[in-house]
Amino acid sequence: MWLKSAWSKPVVHLLCLLPFASLVWAGFNDGLGANPVEKLTHETGGWTLRFLLITLCLTPLRQWTGQASWIRFRRMLGLYTFFYVSCHFMIWFVADHSLDPGSMVEDIVKRPYITLGFSAFLLMVPLAITSNQAMIRRLGRKWKTLHRLVYLVILLGVLHFLWLVKADYLEPVIYAIIAMILLAHRLGPIKRLGARSSPVTR
Amino acid sequence: MIRIKKRWEIQESEVTPEPLYRRRREFMQAAGTIGGAMLLNPWVTAQAALQIGDYQRGVVTLDEELTEEEDATSYNNFYEFGTDKEDPKRNSKRFETDDWKIEVSGECEKPGTYDFEDLMKPFPIEERIYRLRCVEAWSMVIPWLGVPLGSILAGFQPTSKAKYVAFRTLYDPVRMPGQQRSVLNWPYREGLTIAEAMHPLTIMSVGMYGKTIPNQNGAPIRLVVPWKYGFKSIKSIVSIEFTETQPQTSWNMAAASEYGFYSNVNPEVDHPRWSQKRERRIGEIFKRDTLMFNGYAEEVAGLYDDLDLTVNF
Repeated sequence: MWLKSAWSKPVVHLLCLLPFASLVWAGFNDGLGANPVEKLTHETGGWTLRFLLITLCLTPLRQWTGQASWIRFRRMLGLYTFFYVSCHFMIWFVADHSLDPGSMVEDIVKRPYITLGFSAFLLMVPLAITSNQAMIRRLGRKWKTLHRLVYLVILLGVLHFLWLVKADYLEPVIYAIIAMILLAHRLGPIKRLGARSSPVTR
Repeated sequence: MIRIKKRWEIQESEVTPEPLYRRRREFMQAAGTIGGAMLLNPWVTAQAALQIGDYQRGVVTLDEELTEEEDATSYNNFYEFGTDKEDPKRNSKRFETDDWKIEVSGECEKPGTYDFEDLMKPFPIEERIYRLRCVEAWSMVIPWLGVPLGSILAGFQPTSKAKYVAFRTLYDPVRMPGQQRSVLNWPYREGLTIAEAMHPLTIMSVGMYGKTIPNQNGAPIRLVVPWKYGFKSIKSIVSIEFTETQPQTSWNMAAASEYGFYSNVNPEVDHPRWSQKRERRIGEIFKRDTLMFNGYAEEVAGLYDDLDLTVNF
């Protein structure tokens, strides 16, 4: 099974870097259009949401396919999500606010969609910091509780996108529906807990 | 900064006595081989019906760098051809503007259906370099070719009841595929007060960068109101109606709390969801301050003396 092969991780790494590489390539080849800052902001934001949704697919995939190996990719996909959201944040901070923290804070306080997006970014920081083996061991049971924050992050992220759109809601609505399905799937086992112990999720 | 040449400043040689129009039909006859190529290859399409001949250069100029033509013609908000910025250029390639008619109705003495070229013909085409400020906080500097809207409207002899002018874009979901999705309430509608419409800065544009206006920029004829957010400058106009009451406008219908009827560029009145204090000039990385009335306060502020602009945004 390719999921377990030694090659699978390097391949997934390459796939995850592909959007970033294509943006860099476009940047050096006049491929970002008339408003490169906007393009980079939208692309890195979009990839953040897509990577987050993919990361959240791994647990359901494990259950549906009976293949535990999907979980091998969860940490790296989570960290790539954090990589793209960091790019997203930095482009906004540098190009929209000229590295001025005061101007940035004003934006965060005044604009609800920025408040949501920035909150989502902040909540991802502890998740990224505690993603290594040592932290997992140190936090023990608390680690799992802490990383449930990701459910809040996806909600904030999707709302952030929905709230900034002018009229064409198609893309954010698709993400919202996928996020709802993935979250509903996690509510299932919790509800069933009282009845009987779930064989796969714990 | 803005220099509107007075009539007496314009050199006799700059004035084209009769603007050189050629109808596309005649043009096509002259270029039969091109026509043949078009039949074989549908992607080779003639641009618009109107061929821009001579025009008066620099009737209104600006000491700011022009936006690259490539940027101004590939980064467009024209939802009739799709909601992504690159969509209009891609999806309007085959848009035909032959025999373009404009229906004139409402409070005027000369309603009727007019060939748009006939409306333009009596007037020399002027080059006017204007700032364009989008409500999304980006901006451009574009050399438009056009005619003052007031000159055209005067010909219809609006009555004393004409307090507003309402405009509509073509509604044709086959030719404008973006209209197959109800992103906005089609057809696209815009409006001005009669004073705004008659203001000398307001033009009907048929070209830019010395050429016929490309489809993605609103061919064959569009409005340009430089002190208002870009969405007020309605494209591909098929209807002009003089009304006594304030007409409905598309973005106002979509979100009244966000897009007012006036929609004057105003750094002091933020969009409910984002700031209007600054803007990104296309071609630049960092943002610059947005100017009141997009830098045309001296010319237009008088129109709004009696209005509270925070309420009438």
